[in-house]
Amino acid sequence: VENVRLLDRLSSRRAVVGTLYLTATHVIFVENGSETRKETWVLHSQISSIEKQATTATGCPLLIRCKNFQVIQLVIPQERDCHDVYISLIRLARPVKYEELYCFSFNPKLDKEEREQGWKLVDLNEEYNRMGVPNNYWQISDVNRDYGVCDSYPTEVYVPKSATAHIIVGSSKFRSRRRFPALSYYCKGNNASICRSSQPLSGFSARCLEDEQMLQAIRKANPGSDFIYVVDTRPKLNAMANRAAGKGYENEDNYSNIKFQFIGIENIHVMRNSLQKMLEVCELKSPSMSDFLWGLENSGWLKHIKAIMDAGIFIAKAVAEEGVSVLVHCSDGWDRTAQVCSVASLLLDPYYRTMKGFMVLIEKDWVSFGHKFNHRYGNLDGDPKEISPVIDQFIECVWQLMEQFPCAFEFNERFLIHIQHHVYSCQFGNFLCNSQKERRELKIKERTYSLWAHLWKNRADYLNPLYRSDHSQTQGTLHPQIAPCNFLYKFWSGMYNRFEKGLHPRQSVTDYLMAVKEETQQLEEELEVLQERLANLQKSQSGDNKVKNKQQQRSKQTGLYTSNNSLANTPQEYSNDLKSFPSRSPSQGDEEDSALILTQDNLKSSDPDLSANSDQESGVEDLSCRSPSGGGCLPSEDSGKDSDEAVFLAG
Amino acid sequence: LLRSSQPLTGPNRRRCREDEKLLGTILDEGERGFIIDTRSAQAAKQARMGGGGTEPKSSYPQWRRLHRALDRGRPLQESFVRLVEACSDPSLSMERWLSRLESSRWLGHVKAALSTACLAAQCLDREDCSVLVHGAEGTDTTLLVTALAQLILDPSCRTLQGFQGLLQREWIEAGHPFQLRCARSASSHGRGKQEAPLFLLFLDCVWQLSRQFPLALEFGERLLLTLFDNAYASAYGTFLGNSEKERSLCKVKENTHSLWAWLNQPEEKQKFLNPLYSHNPLVIWPSVEPQSIQLWQGLFLRWIRPSQHLDEAWEEIQRLVEGN
Repeated sequence: VENVRLLDRLSSRRAVVGTLYLTATHVIFVENGSETRKETWVLHSQISSIEKQATTATGCPLLIRCKNFQVIQLVIPQERDCHDVYISLIRLARPVKYEELYCFSFNPKLDKEEREQGWKLVDLNEEYNRMGVPNNYWQISDVNRDYGVCDSYPTEVYVPKSATAHIIVGSSKFRSRRRFPALSYYCKGNNASICRSSQPLSGFSARCLEDEQMLQAIRKANPGSDFIYVVDTRPKLNAMANRAAGKGYENEDNYSNIKFQFIGIENIHVMRNSLQKMLEVCELKSPSMSDFLWGLENSGWLKHIKAIMDAGIFIAKAVAEEGVSVLVHCSDGWDRTAQVCSVASLLLDPYYRTMKGFMVLIEKDWVSFGHKFNHRYGNLDGDPKEISPVIDQFIECVWQLMEQFPCAFEFNERFLIHIQHHVYSCQFGNFLCNSQKERRELKIKERTYSLWAHLWKNRADYLNPLYRSDHSQTQGTLHPQIAPCNFLYKFWSGMYNRFEKGLHPRQSVTDYLMAVKEETQQLEEELEVLQERLANLQKSQSGDNKVKNKQQQRSKQTGLYTSNNSLANTPQEYSNDLKSFPSRSPSQGDEEDSALILTQDNLKSSDPDLSANSDQESGVEDLSCRSPSGGGCLPSEDSGKDSDEAVFLAG
Repeated sequence: LLRSSQPLTGPNRRRCREDEKLLGTILDEGERGFIIDTRSAQAAKQARMGGGGTEPKSSYPQWRRLHRALDRGRPLQESFVRLVEACSDPSLSMERWLSRLESSRWLGHVKAALSTACLAAQCLDREDCSVLVHGAEGTDTTLLVTALAQLILDPSCRTLQGFQGLLQREWIEAGHPFQLRCARSASSHGRGKQEAPLFLLFLDCVWQLSRQFPLALEFGERLLLTLFDNAYASAYGTFLGNSEKERSLCKVKENTHSLWAWLNQPEEKQKFLNPLYSHNPLVIWPSVEPQSIQLWQGLFLRWIRPSQHLDEAWEEIQRLVEGN
């Protein structure tokens, strides 16, 4: 469709005109500019909702909201075209078969061997071994090898040594969805562990010998403590209501040596609504400080984030400081349980704060333990009541921790944002389906590619320059301040206003420091080379000329990353009063802007905004077209041109 | 960029040829200028009853007046007190924290101040127009706007030297009544009618700029905290008194030491520099959307929030930059 206008949320002056394309996998808007044909690419999987608004004099507005919080406002001249686009997008954004998803057509031009290697990058067996199991207290069990015991669990789980197959099976029958207690994290320092399960089917008075034995087995697997904590992450009221439905929670009278604890985290429906309300605040036009703060509080979002964090802190403390094992569950043990176990693990073990470790953590507590990615993130069209930002909340907890402990994580904010992006993008196969069983049935590993390999390949973009593995912050357990701490929770504009670059700090400390680090390294290498040459020279007199040439070459390569600093940006609309006043429009004769043409040198591969080149008020202009002839990897996380073509066409 | 106090138009719409002529000389034939009045239109009108007022359009035809109401005095002090109370209230649950923060309105003041300064800067830089800023007295919100506008526009104000010069010029010599404004800080519950944290508001805005442009200022948060401390209680004479006249009468220069002299000693200076500083010759336009304006934790939670991990981060940044 031609002559479509793309509006900018912050500045109504900056609408651009272009052509809208719909393909099998993307919506693409190409600007009609003569110098740079900027493109905006949106994957259908990312589309959360499409709203057709009332026709105005200028045309028919269409609002596309994405799961990665991008909001695109188009104005289509003809009502009929608008309707066609609307209907098509509705269908395209709601696939019915897995095969419709992008991951089955995405082709990064790797061979079969490389695809396989990509899937092997994260190996859970290795991870459990790293933790220290199997050992005298913990064994691997294949009782679920055909998914016969629990179809949402993996084929291999770790259980206490004294838990026989009989006990496991018996316990599984007493647990919602058969999700029996299994090991999530083992602390070899003191034998304390974090186990996870779903709620027991205890109703008001039912008991199960095997389930009680299972919990005893967990306790016995930790000789250093004579009791275990059982943490129910639901609000007490909800848990009690579940009893009426024949489910519920563990009665301290029936289970010997447990200390039971409720840590109220609200359910998926509350969280879905909370996010909705927060996004409404983000969509306000020119909100006052009051509007924003009220709206944010009203959504309750940060309160929920804090609740998840508090639960993780409680569990980490129990394990690290008290040396007591913890069994965690919620209702079905695949949402709040996953969040809380992974936060606790992250606090406890510095390995999970490395890039590789973080991937492993997600693979373990989210992917292998059957978090329902399809239902929660809408891979396929399904029940809207199943949709909920569960992993988003976990990712935000990590970001909040990164803000409190800037030196403790090997990866940076961009890493988190890109992972969240790909949870919804369905460009890779990691987050498809609802369980390991479903993924194996669909042969995901043979037919799609692994996100982890893609991220790993680009890891230079995801590093935190302040991370040092020998730093005190990176050793041992993290201890976030517990109280007072409300102010420590900040609104994550990098995620929820991701595409409104004008809102973010204009100069990236991360990128600047990475460049400094890189340059220092280059200079050090150069110094070494020169020192060698000097030593050689002192032995022989020849080779003077060679030295000079080498020096000249190298000094061209180094040179401080200056393009970042001469940053021009344009003023946002501070006042309506200036509109009627004759003024230069930003697109004409604005010397600063014209000097900053997007060039390959200036672009940081995976995050265009930080190249400091584009007009940073408009969220649109950063979603730029990058020439496929460039050598860098240009992932599609930022709606730029697809990486598949770009990366693998380069020489 | 000019500053003044309000014209004494009064209820009888007095005129002053000299004042008109003075403003006239600034603009060439056919040029236009802006007057940014930091009072609301209504407040400015009411000021006439007390002998003040605004520049009537007919007498100052080349100047267009814009009103940007910035709070000063009692409301601003109340806002400050409420914020400090919210920050130090241990019983506050997460559910109530944001509404307490909001009801203090402090961040709203920060947003308003930055917006107005940006407006002034925009008039100068984008519209190529001269700007006159005034409120009532010309000693509070006026200085806030002119000082911030210069930081936004002029890279030399962002150097350590330049910033000191800016403070000296736009706050001290311009006659901000420090002694009256910075007597009790947040523990003043309505006693001193003249108490108001304008200077703190300015420092907060500067901090917001440093957060949005971490490479653009040659100095860091430590300098801002030091300035805040010294405005209220100081071993130096720089912030004493309410005007140059008072300082002269008290012989401040003969009897006290200068804060700047101390700051500029090489050993001290080091501590105030921003390791990330890179000279940026261009104008820096901050975002004034609510998401972009954050609570200055380093000041308001200075004694409440543990700073160890953040300090370590800065040390690491220092190490990286020095290593280079």
